[in-house]
Amino acid sequence: MEPLDVELDETEVELPTEPMLVNVGPSHPAMHGTVRCVMELSGETIHRVDVQVGYLHRGFEKMCERGTWSQVFPYVDRCNYVSPMLNNVGFSLACEKMLGIEVPERCQWYRMALGELARISDHLTCDGAMAMELGAFTPFLWMVKARDMIWDVMEEETGARLTHSFGRVGGMAMPPTDQFKEHTLAVVEQVLKIVDESEKLVLTNRIFLDRLEGVGKISAADAISLGWTGPCLRAAGVPYDVRRAHPYLKYSEVEFDVPVGTSSDCLDRFLIRFAEIKQSAHIVRQCIARLPDSGPVDVDDPRVVMPPKSEVYTTIEATIQHFKLVMEGLKIPAGEVYSYTEGGNGELGFYLVSDGSGTPFRVRIRPPCFLITGGLEKVVTGQMVADVVPCFGSLNMIGGECDR
Amino acid sequence: MSKALLDLVVAQFGSAVLGTHSQHGDDTVIIAPSAWFEIHQFLREDARTSIDMLTDLTAVDYIDREPRFEIVSHVYSLAKGHRLRLKTAVGDEEGETVEVDSLTALWASANWLERETFDMFGVRFVGHPDLRRILLYPEFEGYPLRKDYPADKIQPLVPFREVPNIEKVAPFGVDEGMSFGRQTHQRGYEEN
Repeated sequence: MEPLDVELDETEVELPTEPMLVNVGPSHPAMHGTVRCVMELSGETIHRVDVQVGYLHRGFEKMCERGTWSQVFPYVDRCNYVSPMLNNVGFSLACEKMLGIEVPERCQWYRMALGELARISDHLTCDGAMAMELGAFTPFLWMVKARDMIWDVMEEETGARLTHSFGRVGGMAMPPTDQFKEHTLAVVEQVLKIVDESEKLVLTNRIFLDRLEGVGKISAADAISLGWTGPCLRAAGVPYDVRRAHPYLKYSEVEFDVPVGTSSDCLDRFLIRFAEIKQSAHIVRQCIARLPDSGPVDVDDPRVVMPPKSEVYTTIEATIQHFKLVMEGLKIPAGEVYSYTEGGNGELGFYLVSDGSGTPFRVRIRPPCFLITGGLEKVVTGQMVADVVPCFGSLNMIGGECDR
Repeated sequence: MSKALLDLVVAQFGSAVLGTHSQHGDDTVIIAPSAWFEIHQFLREDARTSIDMLTDLTAVDYIDREPRFEIVSHVYSLAKGHRLRLKTAVGDEEGETVEVDSLTALWASANWLERETFDMFGVRFVGHPDLRRILLYPEFEGYPLRKDYPADKIQPLVPFREVPNIEKVAPFGVDEGMSFGRQTHQRGYEEN
């Protein structure tokens, strides 16, 4: 065989540079939530990416227009299903803003305590899942263990571990149980211990840090333009927290810090959630200290709140009231409102339009996740394929909330 | 503070502002559709307003009104902490030509929000670079959040999608697979 008589200079060899299309998802083990990314790769670098959402679209906003205002609660539960209590409280506050009523003090502290517990479980899920997607399974199990303890409290209070449907317009479904304070304080202490342990476990791991540090950076200006809110925006150095900027419930009366990131990478978004868990725990303790042991939870307004069952069965007035509230639903005066609270992922807004009947005319949920996922394209373009996983994990996309 | 914001918008765009209100403390400006982009641009660029975030953009279908659709945006200033709701009414009775200017040139968040509004209401945003359906699939018929879309409507089956340059095989034939995935649900449908 003749020797190859060609001088091969490596610099002259032209490798084919055709971009390669790679599809990730919609159901992929390293993505939490159903989302599809069609990526155009050049080597391992992502040139373009098309993020496709909507695989979990269930038409909530349409369904809300069919029932009564109270029947919206189970739907908002299933939006952000790792912190449903925050959604419940957000929707109650929106309706109450329209009705012009304020719930009693006991209910406000109770809502805050439950809401912050839900926020802790939300952040634990995000950080745990993020670690798991990078191969660290132990921290995930630890954090889920901690989350389970919180869900035990929730189960004791509401009767359901995940989809509580516990919020009501003008109050809560039930007053706090007798052991709520004691149980919550014990759980918060245990959770903080587990968080500390998990923190040590992951933050001394060189591989874990290298996967996150300097990956998925985004400038504060871009994050604002993309409409980011919540931990992701704060990681970019913008200290916007609805609880601090526009306090609702009793947030103006409690002490807490708003942690802010510096480098706006995946590690910052990971750490900020840990820091917020500690702040939430601090808030929960203050709420427990100030939660009155007795007093009404629901407002005293028969047009809004269901009468006690004992009266429904014994008095005609309560029977009629019950019937009207169930069959026609509570009436919200015609008009529109935009009410916003700090959800697990950022500003959770409700734009409600009422025509004065018992059925909502339009319920628009402003999902923080939807806009944050909209920024995924910006975050991963120019990164390596392997970086998609930590980037996506750190944004904490919750399918139910993003797709509704 | 926000009252001043309302006054500023009214003073700047007197003829384009059709009304204002502050129901439940939410300052609202109702504007003419032709000034939709211009007013948002002013709010974003003027130092007195310094609105830097488009928090939300959606539509409401008032089926008995003319124009039928109301496009609603919520904007927020991180620096000054004030919010404003802007509304404009567009669209004919049938909802065939519902058009408004796109805000994608001002805020990146407008991209997905407008795609969602298009997906759900069929509002066409003029100047949007990539106006596709986002939550639903391309073959979806109709716009589900319109009031004349029945909530129990069942969509027709979608034929297997052809993708150029990619060879794909349908997962199952007409007689295979799970029967519940292939029902047609057409009214008056009879088994033959």
